[in-house]
Amino acid sequence: MAINDKAAALSGEKFMEKFPGGEVIMTKTEDLFKWARGSSIWPLTFGLSCCAIEMMATGASRFDIDRLGSGVFRASPRQCDVMIVAGTICVKMGDCMKKLYAQMPEPKYVIAMGNCAVGGGIFYHDTYSVVQGTERLGIPVDVHVIGCPPRPENLLNSILLLKQKIESPEGYKHPPLNPANPNIGGGLLNKENPSDKKEEKAS
Amino acid sequence: MDLAPLTQIVRGKFPDSIVEEQSTALVIKKEFLLKIAEFLKGEELLFENMHCISGVDRKDKIEVVYHLYSFKNRFMLTLKVFLPRENPEVETLTKFWRSADWLEREVFDLFGVKFLNHPDPRRILNPDEWTYYPLRKDFTHPEFFPKAETQGLKG
Repeated sequence: MAINDKAAALSGEKFMEKFPGGEVIMTKTEDLFKWARGSSIWPLTFGLSCCAIEMMATGASRFDIDRLGSGVFRASPRQCDVMIVAGTICVKMGDCMKKLYAQMPEPKYVIAMGNCAVGGGIFYHDTYSVVQGTERLGIPVDVHVIGCPPRPENLLNSILLLKQKIESPEGYKHPPLNPANPNIGGGLLNKENPSDKKEEKAS
Repeated sequence: MDLAPLTQIVRGKFPDSIVEEQSTALVIKKEFLLKIAEFLKGEELLFENMHCISGVDRKDKIEVVYHLYSFKNRFMLTLKVFLPRENPEVETLTKFWRSADWLEREVFDLFGVKFLNHPDPRRILNPDEWTYYPLRKDFTHPEFFPKAETQGLKG
């Protein structure tokens, strides 16, 4: 399968230097961490609408996200590396999403899955309750996956792209951070939340 | 079953209560709403089921549309009330049909119709902080992008 070939091309062998006949491998710690991070990108158990169904199919045995090391969907934002924004972002949900993203530990990555999460999709026009894309919330996106919904292969490919990005020789660069749009939800998303303040103090 | 016999019954019981007799709906004055609702729910007609409550913005007025169903007579009645666009207020029907509770909250959420004596007059789906009603024809918001083709559409 193409995904397997691509995954094999991204395997950790390029980071290692084998001594002939020996049992010792040599590598840099930096590369080791890159390899470890790129090979176990744990997603957050988080789905917003129909793309989440496709994400579940990706996790099941036919498509098998486990072979990329991403099959461990964590139920807590504290334990995961990537947030797969799977579905339409409603104004009320946007508030929750910002909170979840803030709770994830660094390094953290975001995959915007499906047209709605990329830029509103079919809900771009004539909709009062939908946020037009993840980036409008002020959440930086690493990989955009288009499709309505995207095929599971496409999502697997996006995880490999993210892996490529993490393991790149120049080092991982955070995508540019856009400020959150103050107009979303009548300024609702940007109102001062007492629970947010507490978090800042704790960190 | 036709609507005409039912209209006759209502007209006989409450003269001057009917504003307009549409082909599929009965439009009544809002002052008579509680009395007529009680009568419809009662022994004689047995409209036991409040099926749906919707709002319609006609630009000059706001309509509240009630769909009632009688299991015994197998008949669905469409009841309408016309309200002024400025400050639309109507009595709640929660005391007759409990299902009217959330349906009325939805109409309030989207059209801003105030239901008097409602047990829980909050928004149902949209954020509580919103001060506008998104299904009104004159709704605008910086994050609301109307589609070019739908702008010419008449309500």
